[in-house]
Amino acid sequence: MTVATQQRTLTMAQAISEAIGLELERDERVFAMGEDIGAYGGIFGATEGLLARFGPERIMDTPISEAGFIGAALGAAAEGLRPIAELMFVDFFGVCMDQIYNHLAKNTYMSDGNVRLPVVITTAIGGGYSDAAQHSQCLYATFAHVPGLKVVVPSNAYDAKGLMIEAIRDDNPVVFMFHKGIMGLPWMSYFEGATTEVPEESYTVPFGRARVVREGGDVTIVTLSQMVQKAAIAAEQLAGEGVDVEVIDLRTVVPLDREAVLESVAKTGRLLIADEDYLSFGLSGEIGTLIAERLDRIELKAPVRRLAVPDVPIPYSRVLEQRVIPQVDDIVAAVRELRGARVAT
Amino acid sequence: MQPTAEQSLWMYETMLVIREFEETMATVYLEGKLPPRIQAGLAFDIGAGPVPGEMHLAAGQEPVAVGVCAHLRDEDTVVGTHRPHHFAIAKGVPLNEMTAEMFGKADGLSRGKGGHMHLFDPARKFSCSGIEGASLPPAVGAALAAKKLGKDWVAVAFFGEGAANQGTFHEALNMAGLWKLPVVFVCEDNKYAISVRKSDSTAVASNASRAAAYGMPGVDVPHNDPVEVFAAAGEAVERARSGGGPTLIEVQTDRYLGHFQGDGEVYRPKSEAAELRGKDPIPKLAAQLREQGALDDAADEQARARAHVRVTEAYEFARSSPYPDAEEALLSVFV
Repeated sequence: MTVATQQRTLTMAQAISEAIGLELERDERVFAMGEDIGAYGGIFGATEGLLARFGPERIMDTPISEAGFIGAALGAAAEGLRPIAELMFVDFFGVCMDQIYNHLAKNTYMSDGNVRLPVVITTAIGGGYSDAAQHSQCLYATFAHVPGLKVVVPSNAYDAKGLMIEAIRDDNPVVFMFHKGIMGLPWMSYFEGATTEVPEESYTVPFGRARVVREGGDVTIVTLSQMVQKAAIAAEQLAGEGVDVEVIDLRTVVPLDREAVLESVAKTGRLLIADEDYLSFGLSGEIGTLIAERLDRIELKAPVRRLAVPDVPIPYSRVLEQRVIPQVDDIVAAVRELRGARVAT
Repeated sequence: MQPTAEQSLWMYETMLVIREFEETMATVYLEGKLPPRIQAGLAFDIGAGPVPGEMHLAAGQEPVAVGVCAHLRDEDTVVGTHRPHHFAIAKGVPLNEMTAEMFGKADGLSRGKGGHMHLFDPARKFSCSGIEGASLPPAVGAALAAKKLGKDWVAVAFFGEGAANQGTFHEALNMAGLWKLPVVFVCEDNKYAISVRKSDSTAVASNASRAAAYGMPGVDVPHNDPVEVFAAAGEAVERARSGGGPTLIEVQTDRYLGHFQGDGEVYRPKSEAAELRGKDPIPKLAAQLREQGALDDAADEQARARAHVRVTEAYEFARSSPYPDAEEALLSVFV
């Protein structure tokens, strides 16, 4: 079989830096700023090789001044530039959140659309490698909760490249969150399902369009980020037991593909939400309520089930961390329970 | 202000403990992380082994910890950084429990919940954080509490030269200067904030020069020398304790190992770390002590033996401590 385009496999980190490089080439208004994104290539490789190609004026190492440089990004965007600002770990958002949620998120609305802020904030999320409470969070729900920010959370290299190019071209602020455990870094174990074939040319993946990773008729798993890879592994295992699982990868939290979720649950009648963020007051609650509001369309065969971090900070010790972050085995067990569960009549 | 022989010997032996602890950890940390028993294709697996996760070691930076902590009592507060072991050891945090915490064990300071960047010892008023610049406001708070309670306690905030560009640095210094609080701000300038040199991150050459902007004295300690640090810190602690308010000190120190273990250090020449070790403050202090007649071969050997025993016992304690039960992960969110 011949393929028209050259296909090669990229890690998610490589796909992201390739996407940024393509946009830097295409549009001279694009530039990147952040801590250690220059010679270091970004702590998680998101800007690997870009300093050598584009120089320090377009790949700028900043001081440890998140409020300063995130705010500077939005200021530069208001002047017509298209900045990509890297927040090294999403957990560091505390020091700059005012610039993000009171300004970057709201200036467009408060100006009735007269001010455009084409900023992409890239940031590393996720745990599972013992980095403890201040370096392991996901927090997409925190950013999604404040109106005015698009929230993009890729699960694999192909999507990451297309979503990044889409993000840079979007005139709205986008928070692009890449999970460290699927970047394919040479120093952290990762889920190989995230490393995929990636076309060399530029392409976009639209926001607000979930991806059906695996079709199935028995149970729907709605998930995102690294959890997609865990769900895919769980689904394979469950197929061996005769359980047919449908896995939905949200890809973007804002905008959220509500229709894809509703369509799948209408088909299967059983929903598991697998989420690495904290359980309460977040994404899994949002998806659950989405279903609850459409019981006129959906006949549930079992109560909605959620797997998420049980409202504790991420603990350091491996045995404790594995207990609180949902694992493949937890997904398998939850799906089995769902099949045995019943709704009240 | 010169240290007494006793204080100097304490600094010397404490530096020996710190150095051996850090260099032991540099090796222990790698256990389980290297091929062949990790995921195929990986050079290193950060989440594997008995001490998983990130590791930031302070070999070379011992003088800052001992020169300051020589003046501190148990009831004085120290807030440290993501690279905390030298501060913790110098402050008197129990080494066995600290090490067990780094191994994620039930006998650790936090029964494994915190890990190496989140060491808490309320009895010695020691805490630290993985967030750059986060140490300063809590130290200001401890100093505020001391003033409100009418105590002569002092608080110390340690941070790096990179963190001096974080908003919290400026807010904390201003408040301390404004309210004349008994706090000492100690900046470790080890030249790099991960990969970024100070000259590429900071608008001025000396952070001590920023003190004037916040109404307090600023002191440059130009050498990685425990006696020099001792002198500057002694004056600052005395000023704080006697109601004279805060001080900012910046020490030129050297980081021998990477920012974190596993760091390829592409940003500094491979020869640099070796050159820095040529100026090692530990043998230098030993030489000074010998010259003063405060240390001879026998005493030196004994000091080294004691340090070695402490460190060895701490690692043995940590290894033989059990892991906590998984369900403990759900405890202690609230009290």
